[in-house]
Amino acid sequence: MQITLPSRIESVDEAAAGAERFAKDAGLADDMIFAIDLAVRESVANAVKHGNKFDESKAVEVSLAETAEGIEIKVRDYGSGFRPEDIPDPTDRENLLKANGRGILFMRSFMDEVEWTNADGGGLVVTMAKKR
Amino acid sequence: MADITITERQAGDVTILDLDGKVTIGEGSVALRGAIRRVLGEGKTKLLLNLGHVGYIDSSGIGELVSSFTAVNKEGGTLKLLNLTEKIQDLLAITKLLTVFDVYENEADALASF
Repeated sequence: MQITLPSRIESVDEAAAGAERFAKDAGLADDMIFAIDLAVRESVANAVKHGNKFDESKAVEVSLAETAEGIEIKVRDYGSGFRPEDIPDPTDRENLLKANGRGILFMRSFMDEVEWTNADGGGLVVTMAKKR
Repeated sequence: MADITITERQAGDVTILDLDGKVTIGEGSVALRGAIRRVLGEGKTKLLLNLGHVGYIDSSGIGELVSSFTAVNKEGGTLKLLNLTEKIQDLLAITKLLTVFDVYENEADALASF
């Protein structure tokens, strides 16, 4: 499944709905569907907000594919990139009451593998894998 | 259809907000923020959020719960959570927010705690 979406908040729901359909069609268990839905939501929200900075002329590309081990998700933006290690740990006591900064924690918690790479031609790709 | 419906009830001096739907980035989070601002504006500072019918929440929704908690505290009030679903409980555990929120499984117990 591949979809290209504009950089606006509504795209998060659209991507999640597509991911849920894909996961259901693949016959995945409910827990795995929840994990994929959440990971897609968080990664697309990051791409829209922090990657493309709500610039609707920049696309967010989402792909989901079945692999030998499970499901692979890729989300690409066309922003200037970021370093995940720069994001403060939201579970540190001093960050507990911050309103933002938990999306990457959820992606890492619910996916088996999460990796960020710089895309050819600019932007960032987050690749996530979930084993069956 | 709206992502979320928020219904207000009063039990003595405690205001209960029953949430039904999704608390996710966009409409759901904005609706929760609006409801909290409105009740605080009416001088109601003992708040109980009933999350029993929240089918889905994301990091934005969790962030909105935290913002609600701090906004109520700032007014000298208290915000507590009622009827967490298993998924919400998991997400609050992962984020260590179960150490922050006062959480109840039973409405009568929650009301008695204020």
